Amino acid sequence: MTLPLYGTASQSSGFSSDRTRSVLRLRSPGSTAERDVADFALTRTPDDVRRAIEADWPSIFVVSDAPINFPGTFRGRLVAVPTKYDYLGDGDVIGFDHVSRKFRTLYRRNSAHNSFLVTERCNNYCLMCSQPPKAVDDRWILSEIKESLALIDAATRALTFTGGETLSDWEDFIAVLKECRDRLPATAVQVLTNGRAFADSRIVDAWRDIGHPNLMAAIPVYAPVDHVHDHVVQAKGAFDETMLGILKLKDRGQRVEIRIVLHALTAPIIEDTGKWIARNLPFVDHVALMGLENTGFAIANDAMLWMDPMDYGDGLARAVEHLSAAGVSASVYNLPKCVLPKSVWPHALQSISDWKNGFVEECARCDEKSTCSGFFTTGRPRFSHGVRAITAKRKLNELAV
Amino acid sequence: MARFLPPESFGAATGDIALLPFNFERSGANQYLVANLVGDFVRLTEDELHRLVDLQVRPGDGLYEKAYAAHLLTGTNQKAQRQLLAARLRSRMSFLQQTTPLHIFVVTLRCEHSCPYCQVSRQSTDRSRFDMSEQTAMRALDIAFASPTARIKIEFQGGEPLLNFPLIRTIVAAAKQRSGKKLDFVIASNLALLDNTVLEFCKENDVLLSTSLDGPADLHNQNRPRPGANSHELAVAGIRRAREVLGPDKVGALMTTTEASLDRVDEIIDEYLQLGLDGIFLRPLSPFGFAIKTKQFAKYDAQKWLAFYERGLRRVLEINRQGTPFREFYAALLLTRMLSDRPIGYIDLRSPAGAGLGALVYNYDGSVFASDEGRMLAETGDDAFRLGHVEHDSYNSLILSDKLIGAISKSLTQCAPECSTCVYESHCGADPVYHHATQGDALGIKPLSAFCARQKGIMGLLLDILENSPEDAAILRRWAAA
Ligand code: SF4
Ligand code: SF4
Repeated sequence: MTLPLYGTASQSSGFSSDRTRSVLRLRSPGSTAERDVADFALTRTPDDVRRAIEADWPSIFVVSDAPINFPGTFRGRLVAVPTKYDYLGDGDVIGFDHVSRKFRTLYRRNSAHNSFLVTERCNNYCLMCSQPPKAVDDRWILSEIKESLALIDAATRALTFTGGETLSDWEDFIAVLKECRDRLPATAVQVLTNGRAFADSRIVDAWRDIGHPNLMAAIPVYAPVDHVHDHVVQAKGAFDETMLGILKLKDRGQRVEIRIVLHALTAPIIEDTGKWIARNLPFVDHVALMGLENTGFAIANDAMLWMDPMDYGDGLARAVEHLSAAGVSASVYNLPKCVLPKSVWPHALQSISDWKNGFVEECARCDEKSTCSGFFTTGRPRFSHGVRAITAKRKLNELAV
Repeated sequence: MARFLPPESFGAATGDIALLPFNFERSGANQYLVANLVGDFVRLTEDELHRLVDLQVRPGDGLYEKAYAAHLLTGTNQKAQRQLLAARLRSRMSFLQQTTPLHIFVVTLRCEHSCPYCQVSRQSTDRSRFDMSEQTAMRALDIAFASPTARIKIEFQGGEPLLNFPLIRTIVAAAKQRSGKKLDFVIASNLALLDNTVLEFCKENDVLLSTSLDGPADLHNQNRPRPGANSHELAVAGIRRAREVLGPDKVGALMTTTEASLDRVDEIIDEYLQLGLDGIFLRPLSPFGFAIKTKQFAKYDAQKWLAFYERGLRRVLEINRQGTPFREFYAALLLTRMLSDRPIGYIDLRSPAGAGLGALVYNYDGSVFASDEGRMLAETGDDAFRLGHVEHDSYNSLILSDKLIGAISKSLTQCAPECSTCVYESHCGADPVYHHATQGDALGIKPLSAFCARQKGIMGLLLDILENSPEDAAILRRWAAA
């Protein structure tokens, strides 16, 4: 299943022309919560619409394929989207472009995987980037995020900021994180960044000075050797800056996760990389070893990058062993259980965001499905030749071997 | 979509590569053991070493990658590796932030044993003039509390400290009354005088016991003569009783190696195992006090001791392979240094040396020494490590005394001949008192030093096991794990 997180509204009206974009929050028509100007009554049927109008909603959002008639007296704002966006619910937040009518779902209250794209600009150009960088002026996104933060549920457990390089406009982005600190103090915040910006002491000091109670910088390190990492991220000098960044963050007591995407350039050396991190950076807070999402640049570079996880499982297991022995907590993301050595299972998490997570036919008869990561549904999924249901019988056979 | 660049586009040009500091030693016909600035080991062939030193390396040739990951080389305009090494070195040396965490009170010189190798040069039990006075003890406490560290350990020694138990009580009570520091207490006793009063006191005040156990009864009693020849019996009974009353982690045992021990390491280890102890510290005989006088020290050399140690270590590993967790503590200490950057401030294995900076010793008569061994030297007439006296000195005057500064600065392994280029330097230590005692010089000539021979021997042995015996290596790694 892949949820459509963006699209075009079939109808809209009532938006003033003094701004080009708005952030909307959807509310049940009967909601008694205090109304914000950004709030829209979420309706799906003519009945819903009637009730919303009776309840004096000045703004109405319709999810329906059928045209809905509004009374001529309705002077408020109106947005209608097709039924395939039916997943939208109370408390969800949407960014809406007035002229093009394009919208993006920014926040789903019932999801554990909310992430905000901060920018599409990046100073790396990773061979497997799932969100290929674009050199565009997209600074408006940060203002949209700021507006959204005011609308999201304070009980939200976790938020991720992703890019592009999230620190491209570091001062504005730090302001956003301060907003998180003040408005959502109970929400864990994870920032995906290539970490190079933290080589600059001003930026890492500003990051520390936010004083966020639960903030993690998630930074990729692909190899213990400069040119190997630099090749993967297509930027000479990146390894040095990224490493400096990690050291400066830890020197200031900030939390750091190291992320390693596994593919044909990184997976064959994963044991060395894991051992090296265990020896040199045992003070990082977490290491995530991640299966490749075959989308974006990864598709273009498939010939260079694809490696069947079955072929690097042993190295991965030893990497996890080295890290655990050094007291570094390590997790494996995005890799289904059937392709992983059993010693790695306790580290393997259901990490794929709900909106792009799926299983194959084989999984229906698998005992481990309820705790398995499954697969990405995005891009052009590639499957290991090792995908095979784990059943009591298979386990018995393996014991017999 | 922009073009992607091939791997070659990201390698450094030869002119942009620089060496980082490292030490090395030939370890085979065509092989070198190499250690980087923080003591990570890697093996290079002779050819590889020469190419590395001549900077005849290219990204992609395998040697570049090996050397880069091991921090033997870096890019001239890169900063991260140097910063990383600095951070790791800072962590390794951060034991220096705890200045003088150990304070040893020799509450009496009297003892009811008469051990031939005794490192403290006993005095017979009836002479109460060899007891520490309360006034001296309180002055010593003043000094201990003036040390900058937030947590101090007070260790009671003798002689047999339980012969002056009332003073121990007084000191513990007085220390607890002073505020401002976390306190640990240890009594180092032969346990012959352990009774319920002592045990109750230990329990109430969370005092640890440390005792001597040299091995099987005949060996122990031969080492530790006392009227009745029952030293072993009393020690074993004491250990059992103390474990029962105080808990298994509240009593430790230390062995002394004598010539008679050298052929019996298995039996010695089994003695510890049978008592339910979780490990053994296979110690060399130290060259102090009566040990030198009675020529016990000269009787066996470093090689004999190393053979003893290796046999012992292999026996301990066998015990682990058979399913009983049991450690050799000296190996565990060295492995922690070799495999992690945790700061290990073990008194005899650090540079700057642990003398004074790690411990101060207050003798029964009020004189203050830089180490326990320094006190033993004084018993044989050598005052080299007598820093002063509780009556006329303060913590600062003792720590900043010319004697101490001289001994410590002279003996730094970081700049000593032989040590400064030694492949094991990161994990070794300066032992100025030992080298003064054996060579009359705090620095010492390391090729003549049994301390050095032992260090090289043990670390070489540990590396060999780590590299060549996977099952044993896994056990050793566990000892070093956090
Ligand atoms: S068969 Fe499916 S559910 Fe089972 S482990 Fe493999 S991917 Fe997961
Ligand atoms: S004492 Fe010996 S083993 Fe230790 S650092 Fe000096 S030369 Fe090396």
